[in-house]
Amino acid sequence: MKKKAKRRDHASINSKNIRRTIMYWSPLFLLPMVVSFIIGFVWPFIHGAFLSFTQFVITSKWTWVGFENYIKAFQDESFRYSFLFTTLYAFVSLVLINVLAFSVAFALTHKFRGTNIFRTVFFMPNLIGGIVLGYIWSMIFDGLLSAYQKSVITDTGWGFWGLIILMCWQQVGYMMIIYIAGLQAIPESLMEAAKIDGANGFQTLFKITIPNVMSSVTICLFLSLTNGFKLFDQNLALTGGLPYIINPDGTTVHTTEMLALNIYNTFYTSGSAKGVAQAKAVLFFILVAAIGLIQLRSTRNKEVQQ
Amino acid sequence: MKKLLALMLVLVMVFAFTACTGTEGDANAKKGSVYWLNFKPESDGALKEIAKLYTDKTGVEVKVVTAASGTYNETLTAEMDKGDAAPTLFVVGNSAAVDTWGDFCYDLTDTDIAKELNTDAYMLKDENGKLCSIGYCYECYGIIVNTALLEKAGFARDYITNFATLKEVAEKVHAEADTLGFDAFSSAGMDDSSSWRFTGHMINLEYYYESVDDPAAWEVCPAEIKGTYMDNYKNLYDLMVTNSKTDRKDLATGGFDAGAEFKNQEALFYVNGNWEWGGISEAGMKAEDLTMIPYYCGVEGEEKAGLNCGTENYWAVNANASEENIKATLDFMKWLVTDADASAKAVATFGVMPYKNAVESSNPFLAQANEYAAAGNYTMPWVTNFQPNVDAYRAAAVSAINAYNADPTDATWEAVETAFVAGWAQNYQAIQ
Repeated sequence: MKKKAKRRDHASINSKNIRRTIMYWSPLFLLPMVVSFIIGFVWPFIHGAFLSFTQFVITSKWTWVGFENYIKAFQDESFRYSFLFTTLYAFVSLVLINVLAFSVAFALTHKFRGTNIFRTVFFMPNLIGGIVLGYIWSMIFDGLLSAYQKSVITDTGWGFWGLIILMCWQQVGYMMIIYIAGLQAIPESLMEAAKIDGANGFQTLFKITIPNVMSSVTICLFLSLTNGFKLFDQNLALTGGLPYIINPDGTTVHTTEMLALNIYNTFYTSGSAKGVAQAKAVLFFILVAAIGLIQLRSTRNKEVQQ
Repeated sequence: MKKLLALMLVLVMVFAFTACTGTEGDANAKKGSVYWLNFKPESDGALKEIAKLYTDKTGVEVKVVTAASGTYNETLTAEMDKGDAAPTLFVVGNSAAVDTWGDFCYDLTDTDIAKELNTDAYMLKDENGKLCSIGYCYECYGIIVNTALLEKAGFARDYITNFATLKEVAEKVHAEADTLGFDAFSSAGMDDSSSWRFTGHMINLEYYYESVDDPAAWEVCPAEIKGTYMDNYKNLYDLMVTNSKTDRKDLATGGFDAGAEFKNQEALFYVNGNWEWGGISEAGMKAEDLTMIPYYCGVEGEEKAGLNCGTENYWAVNANASEENIKATLDFMKWLVTDADASAKAVATFGVMPYKNAVESSNPFLAQANEYAAAGNYTMPWVTNFQPNVDAYRAAAVSAINAYNADPTDATWEAVETAFVAGWAQNYQAIQ
């Protein structure tokens, strides 16, 4: 029997004709995205970084001041405080959100009645905007705390845990969805093999399940860490930075103010503080980007290939 | 099909971009036009009517845009960046705003509109003496009293003339609140919707009396204040929060509707200003059952005190606008304070307009302010407008007062004093 010559399929995605056309036309199709990316991100970013070296009230009229804004930003006690507060907050929320999200996901991947309803319900808080959530939760917290004549805005501790609870409530559902996807992608055969080899529940969880969902863990840790650092709406609506410590010299430390809110408040100080706020924002960007990258790299190493 | 879809998507994006960069017609370029960036949402409707009236009459376009509640600074920052499309008329209402926006203000010295003013009390100048903004109306605040309830409690209408009598009335009413069916003061919530009544308005008594002692220091925003009258502020504040139906420990969270308590005849006193007249009269209260008394706080000679009169409604004209637009704007301002119809509408919305040819106001509280003045009592101007870096300054005061209310001791009161006094110097430095 004569072997049939392998026919080239001129319509396949790898064929020369199609590839050439794609090469030729791709810039046109990329253009809208590239243009919007430049308008919406690249240009504002460069412009913002530039403004951090100037003094300005409106962005089109500025005077160059060099590194003065950065020096002022570092000298600002409230900025340093909010940095520490934000770091503490980001790590506590990171741990809690991920432990809770993984537990819920783990529970909901076992077959029992109503898992879909539970998944939907857990996910739903994520659909509510941050400002609204902040105000709703401030009513809930204050409703409870008023029985003890306390409030999230008069007690730093309650403010901190209030923010943590709020963020857990909002983010656990979202992270849960990512973990569920990861858990469902673990091949049955691995689990079966573990069972046959006599692994108990804990061993299966720590030796099989978790290593296999490390890619989900990477994403979730990245998201919850950067979300923690970038938190703004909820902070503004729930505590607004209150309570303050009033120093004897009249300076104040906003004890529940996180970095983004600190930058916002600096920007809308009267006079010429907008450049300082801009410098803080650039520092903030570098910080969040660096933390995100380090964390991404360190968890990537632990991912396993199936 | 897919090609068509892709093409459509590209077209949509392209149109979206071109739409963004589209420019408005410049038919009015020769005549000039007015763009008023307003900061009080409650006056938006009236201003738009006035603008339409002017356009119908003269053909000059007047655009009124109102910033959403509490976002005037943000809106102004964004709008001023728009070159020719920036506001030509905007609000620079206190010395903090002059610090930020002074460079953008057209010098109003000797303009026709400045000459129309019937007083020089409502002029804001920068440190070089440039007239940056002028008041277009003024208001007054103090303690609103329901005189019908006052009589029910057994006191004459004009019984309260100083802090001692105010205290006597407040404490008696509070003690008998259950039998009377109303309490002395309405709730003094410290949330954003209400705290300005105490950190912005009531504190004026401290600044005012301090400025009387040393007028030279208070001609411009002082770098620091002494806090000489903080105890008087404490007198009045304590009286208010201890003689109301709300426990002072609950005030931090707010959520109390002081206005409703007053309108529902549940409170005898309501710390607020003449702008509440609209709401109060709608609730069915009559002018003859109402009066407004000064902030009596135990200062010597306060029997001769009057109301706190002033304004944050200051007009500034954008110095960077085109010459036609500046002229159109100045013409519009002059028309607004001289035209009978327009000034009547404006007065109904704003209170009193301090201009020679403007219509008189019918607001009973403002009439009260004039009565005090006519009787020889001293008017307390809004010295509070000097508050440096006002938002941060007041926020710190609110936080300190919250701590004081939670635990009213000398130590926590000291923090309140620090926030007001040392905080002033600190915030003054912060904006230099």
